[in-house]
Amino acid sequence: MSIHIDRNLCIGCGRCSEVCPGNLIKQQPQPGDRHTKAEIKCPQDCWGCTSCLKECPRHAIKFFLGADVGGRGSILSYQKKGSSSIWRVKGTDGTFQEITVNTKEANKY
Amino acid sequence: MVIKIATDVLIIGGGTAGCFAAHILGKISDYKVFIAEKANIQRSGCLAAGVNALNAYITEGHEPQFYVDYAKKDADGIVRDDLLLSMSKRLNHVTDILEKLGLVILKDQNGKYVTRGNRNIKINGENIKPILAKAARDNPNVTVQNHLNITDLKIVSDGSEHQTGQAVGAVGFDVNSGDYFDIDARVVLIATGGASGLYRPNNPGFSRHKMWYSPFNTGAGFAMGLRAGAEMTTFEMRFIALRCKDTIAPTGTIAQGVGAKQVNSLGEIYEHLYGLTTSQRLYGTVSENKAGRGPCYLKTDTISEEQESDLYKAYLNMAPSQTLKWLEKGTGPKQENVEIEGTEPYIVGGHTASGYWIDDHRATTVKGLYAAGDVAGGCPQKYVTGALAEAEISAESIVSFLKQQKQSEFSSLWNDENLKAGTEKILKEYEKFSANEEGLFSVESLEEAMQKIMDQYAGGICTGYSFNSYGLSLAKQKIATLEPLLGSLKAKDADDLLHIYELKERLLVCRVLIAHLEARHETRWHCFAENTDYPQKSKDWECYVNSKLENNEVKIIIRDLVKPGEVYEHTY
Repeated sequence: MSIHIDRNLCIGCGRCSEVCPGNLIKQQPQPGDRHTKAEIKCPQDCWGCTSCLKECPRHAIKFFLGADVGGRGSILSYQKKGSSSIWRVKGTDGTFQEITVNTKEANKY
Repeated sequence: MVIKIATDVLIIGGGTAGCFAAHILGKISDYKVFIAEKANIQRSGCLAAGVNALNAYITEGHEPQFYVDYAKKDADGIVRDDLLLSMSKRLNHVTDILEKLGLVILKDQNGKYVTRGNRNIKINGENIKPILAKAARDNPNVTVQNHLNITDLKIVSDGSEHQTGQAVGAVGFDVNSGDYFDIDARVVLIATGGASGLYRPNNPGFSRHKMWYSPFNTGAGFAMGLRAGAEMTTFEMRFIALRCKDTIAPTGTIAQGVGAKQVNSLGEIYEHLYGLTTSQRLYGTVSENKAGRGPCYLKTDTISEEQESDLYKAYLNMAPSQTLKWLEKGTGPKQENVEIEGTEPYIVGGHTASGYWIDDHRATTVKGLYAAGDVAGGCPQKYVTGALAEAEISAESIVSFLKQQKQSEFSSLWNDENLKAGTEKILKEYEKFSANEEGLFSVESLEEAMQKIMDQYAGGICTGYSFNSYGLSLAKQKIATLEPLLGSLKAKDADDLLHIYELKERLLVCRVLIAHLEARHETRWHCFAENTDYPQKSKDWECYVNSKLENNEVKIIIRDLVKPGEVYEHTY
């Protein structure tokens, strides 16, 4: 259970570091670059709350399940568009499954 | 660097209760409020990922007493009726406030809330914590200090032997910069939540923090209260959740939402054989596994495609890992029943009755110290709305308390020489951990040792949650050998310092928990406190088991039940 941060997409804004309820994400200085990059200091300490996915303005953070809880390499990403939360699962074969949740609608259960 | 702060109200922990108390204080007073939050109030605490429903609500045709009766039955009588009633009376009122703050609640065509069963209402709770955080920040008198970890309360003692002192602030450090904070406050609200990470978790490896309760709720509030002489209650009523296997996602959404029954591997429905209280549902599953009929499941393979699709969305709003698991495997709950398991035990006053021993105003036994939410005891099944109700009650009590105190009296309390010396001692301890040489042990290795001891000798997952007196005495001895090792730990940075203090808190909570488990000579709640030396429930134990720390030793205090209609009051 943890996150993967795409270093190419990260702009070092620090919003993930700010919001993580476990203080797990650190901004690391990059040689020859005035911007930092986000890194998770201890991946096994992640609770899996996905707060960082929701904060990231570049959708650079993805979520995955550890192999010990049945993870098979798919990654979950999150994007907010208006009142829609778009969750996307990318499988290891490159296929996508997408679920859109209307944030103005309550759960049926 | 030591940063000095002075405030009227210090709130330790900006989770559900802490944020709401700050919001209410802004509505009913002009007092300065300082929230000390270990992470960031935006998503900290139990509600980080969201919540699926409001589980404590008085539905149409019911009275608050209906909820009291339910919670009391679930805890088999060991509750505080007075606390449950004052909470229950406010459940719908705080729900109205939540809706006004922006929470989406499902309504029918007549504008009435849609209920799930007779105590729950349906919501979209993904953003419930950002809503509460905004409500706190919108109080113009609130200062939020994120990333500040409080380790100790500042207590002024009047010198008498039996009198507990008065809380007049707290000490902590910034988990990023390492700066120290010395806070003077006229009154303190403790809202730090309960304790996880005491026992070896379901997934002890890479996904060790994939647990039910927040892994960042480490029992800090219990520990600092105990060290300040506060009385605690009912730690022995541990909470163990019945969850979806591996992801430790909620089962109630499936069980109540689509009416799925618990079945064993033979496909037999077993839940009716063991009873339907929270602990009995868990006990049934544990018993079926022990009898060789496991693993156990929620029977979902008869649901419709629409129901399956709604479950995917519901889980994304609170536990996205479960939806990911279904989608990535390619078999959803319609194709495959959902496997379930019990978690490791937690100490959490929002679900069971463990926590601070408080009066109906939510005052603890330490003057000037109030408690709300998961850290407060006697009042189980409070869930989100109950925590908000307690936050409101404590905010009102704090205003009454401050109105009775003269501002001038506090400067003499804050300048007390013993108090200053105590603060210096705590700051020196922070420095000591930073100055230590790196030794043989890491925080992680000691935490692992603690969790193993608790698992094997104090009723963890590996024994099906059962324990006996002999095992508990071993647990006590072994935990006691870990406590001295703490002193040699090295903090290379502020993260390390945080983890050292979290371990220190957990070790103390373990010690007190073991004493509580030893004290209650019966099995009133299966799994939650399954004592194989005393496998039956006993009328002799219709009482509270309380505790406090005296000269660093756990002292057990047995108290009579507060009867229905009575309101307990402290006598300090």
